Formats: sequence, C-alpha cells, structure tokens
Amino acid sequence: MKIQEKVKFEEDLDRNFVDEIKEKSGCDEIDRCIQCGTCSSSCPMAVYMDYSPRKIMAMIKNGFKDEALKSFTPWLCASCYSCQVRCPANIKITDVMYALKRKAIEENIYPSRFSIPVLDNEMHKILTNHGRSSEVWLMLKLYLKTRNPLGLLKMAPLGLSLMKTGRMGLKIESIKNKKQLRKLLKAVKEET
Amino acid sequence: MNDYIYYPGCSAKSNAKHYEESILPVFKEMGLKLDEMEDWNCCGATASLSVDETKSAAISGRNLSIAEKLGKNIMAPCAACYLSLKKSNQFLMSETKKAKKILKDLKSVGCEYKGTVEVKHPLEILTNEIYLKKIKEKVKQKLTGLKVACYYGCQVVRPYTDFDDPDYPVTLDNLMEALGAEPVNYSAKTRCCGGSLTANIEEAGLRLNYILLKEAKRKGADVVVTICPLCLFNLEITQNKIVKKYKNDIKMPILFFSQLMGLAMGIPKEDLGFSRSLISLKPMWEKIGDGGTNE
Repeated sequence: MKIQEKVKFEEDLDRNFVDEIKEKSGCDEIDRCIQCGTCSSSCPMAVYMDYSPRKIMAMIKNGFKDEALKSFTPWLCASCYSCQVRCPANIKITDVMYALKRKAIEENIYPSRFSIPVLDNEMHKILTNHGRSSEVWLMLKLYLKTRNPLGLLKMAPLGLSLMKTGRMGLKIESIKNKKQLRKLLKAVKEET
Repeated sequence: MNDYIYYPGCSAKSNAKHYEESILPVFKEMGLKLDEMEDWNCCGATASLSVDETKSAAISGRNLSIAEKLGKNIMAPCAACYLSLKKSNQFLMSETKKAKKILKDLKSVGCEYKGTVEVKHPLEILTNEIYLKKIKEKVKQKLTGLKVACYYGCQVVRPYTDFDDPDYPVTLDNLMEALGAEPVNYSAKTRCCGGSLTANIEEAGLRLNYILLKEAKRKGADVVVTICPLCLFNLEITQNKIVKKYKNDIKMPILFFSQLMGLAMGIPKEDLGFSRSLISLKPMWEKIGDGGTNE
C-alpha cells in the first residue's frame, strides 16, 4: 500500500502566522486556546462554516495560514460575540475573526465574489465618502457586483412595503463637514 | 451627567424611523433632555471593523469628540452603533501606539478626544432602579394581558455587559413588567438574528429568524419586543418567506420597546410610529383593548 500525506507537514506551514495575528487588536491571548470547542457550540453560524471556530483557532496557532485566510468562516461570523463571552480562556474570538477578515483583505486572498466582503467594502466606502450609509444604495451595489442584477426584481415587494410605510430613503444622506472627515481619514492613513 | 446627547445612527433615519419617533417622546416624558448630536457620522458598524480598524476607530472618535465638547454622554439606541462607539472608545484609550496616533490625528482636524464620554443604550438608562420606579408611576394604561417575547439580540448585551447578563439578561423583561405586560420565558432572547448576514445569505438568515419567531410563538407571545433596528428589520422581512419555506405560521408583530413604553405612558399611539409595522398589529390591539379601530 502506498501511503499519502493527508495533512500539511512542517515544511508547508507558516509558523509566523500566529504572531502576525497576535499583533492585531484583541488577539494577544490566542495561545491560551485549549481546543474545548465552546466557541463552535455557541456559534449560530457554525453549521454553515467550512471550518468551525475551534478549528480556525487551531489553524492559526499551527501555521495553516492559507487555509485560515481563504476560509469562509470569518466572513460568516455575524459578530454576535457569543463565543467571546463564553470562552473559558478569555480569547476575544470575535475580534480574531475581524483580524482574519482584515488580514485576508490586506493580502487580497478573500473569496472575492462572495457577497459579504463586497458588502463590507461597499458600506465602508459609502460612509467614508458621505459620512452616512444608505441601505438602498448598498443593496444596489451589492447586486451589481455579486449577483444577477435581475435578482433585484425579487426585492421589489419588500421595497414597496418599506416605501409605503415611509421606511426607505432613496438618497444618500451626507454629513455637513465632509471636509473634516476626509482630512481625518487621510491623516490616519499616513504612517508616523 | 443626567443629560445625554442623542446619537440616532443611520437606521433611525431610514428603516427604523419608528424607533426615533417613539424613543424621543418617551425620554421627554421621563424628564430626560435629549438633543440630537450635531453633524454625527455613521459608526461603520460591523463593515468598517472588517475592512479597516484604524478608520473605524477614527470615525467613531469624531462622534465621541463632538459629545465630549458638549460635556455629555452618548445615548445610542441602535445596538451596532452602541457597540461600535463603545469598542472604539475603549480602543482609543488603550494607550497603544496605533491609538495614540489616531488621537493625534483627531486633534489635528479639530476633533480632540480625551476619553471622558460614556456610551449608553437607552435600555441601560431607563432600567436603573430610579427610572424603573418612575416608569411605574408614569404608566397610565397598563398593557395587561399582552404577552411579550423580550428579544435582546447580541450587541447590546455582548461583549460589553456592563448592565446585564450576556446570555440571560432581564432588564427588558423588568421594563415590560413595569408596563403591565407579561414577558414570556423567551429562551431565544439572546440568539443571533444574523445581523447583516441575513440580507446576504438568505438560507442562513431565514433559519436564524425562524428559530427566534418559532420560539416566541411556542411560548405564547403576542409580540416580539426589540432593542435594535437590525433585529427588528430582520425579524419583519423574513416572515413571509419563513411561512412559505417552513410551512409554519409564525407571523408576529415586531415592535421597539419604546413604542410599548410610550403606549403605556399614555402618549397618543399615532405619535409612536405603529403604522410603520410591516406586520398587522390588529390582534395586539384587540388583546389590549385599545381602540383598535385605527389599525
């Protein structure tokens, strides 16, 4: 029988990955993970994830950089903080998920046509440009970028009932002092 | 500090207008002055935190500095705003190199922030002992017989659990009791509604909201009461599809806690945004015997 390597071995792993993540806010306690699985059992989205939160923790600690950053798991985190408040090792698991999302964007290896990173990016863009966000424009952009725009037609009944109850604004609201916001965002982008 | 500055957030100006319409008169009735923050900007919610931590903290820093200049604490009724502002407040005061740089940049554009502002959710403000007593005195029309499922969702009670329990909070239940309503033992009270994922991944969104609505129905609730605009939105817009997909009639009105507060305190119901509900409120009006003629 010929045996085959089923998992990555030392030479394929990136042992610096754990330190890269630990540098991010809220991630310094990650070494304390005891693999108890409380996070995975608390997670309302775990059933849809490719790797459970517990596995993600193990992957970070053990250098499975590619797998962790390409995983859908961080993007499926709804930010409910259940895992975080229950973790017996006090690891800020939700913050670790945020760190993975930002790292994946930095390294440009996130699932690109997957709607969640697109939504996050677009919302961040709208609000940094205008100072306020707009649900209608956000949904519009999302459909144009990730799905068949005709799918918007399916949203028509909802749009109509929101319109009837006066709960849909069609224009993007802006703050008055956009100049200040722009200056601020430019300043924080520059390195010291 | 007794006075708060009101940070509405984007939802209270669009799909959750009835939150603002009810929370403002309720605060007035309670004798709490509440001015809207001048030229506030969006908190960035979960999106900015996922994309750029520095910018996320900076934009919240701008809001915090506006409140600080007035010497006021912030009242944020939206769960995501509440969490983002609180999180950024903590981050900016963390003394890290990154935080210090952002504080310096804030100062350079006229938004100096020293860290004196506290961020509060209205539930936290209204349910301390003094106000809860005051609310009981203010109730003119008890909501007798109305069974409510008190839904806290996630981001008000987690992870910054200053005023209640992260898994089994009770402040909203106490508040509803003070109004004469009957809170049911709602075991899903802190389960997630999916947040912004619900609009994105329908399959998951429907499932999560089905769990919430089914449990409320099972416990005999007449309405679900929320403290977050996105929770309310998700619980409303998924109902038709849930009925179809799961063949279970879980239809149920979803209201903001401030709407029921206003109603019990005798504020005219026309002024509390009830007409904005996407779900019929008729059974509720019948139950509390309040001139259900308008609905």
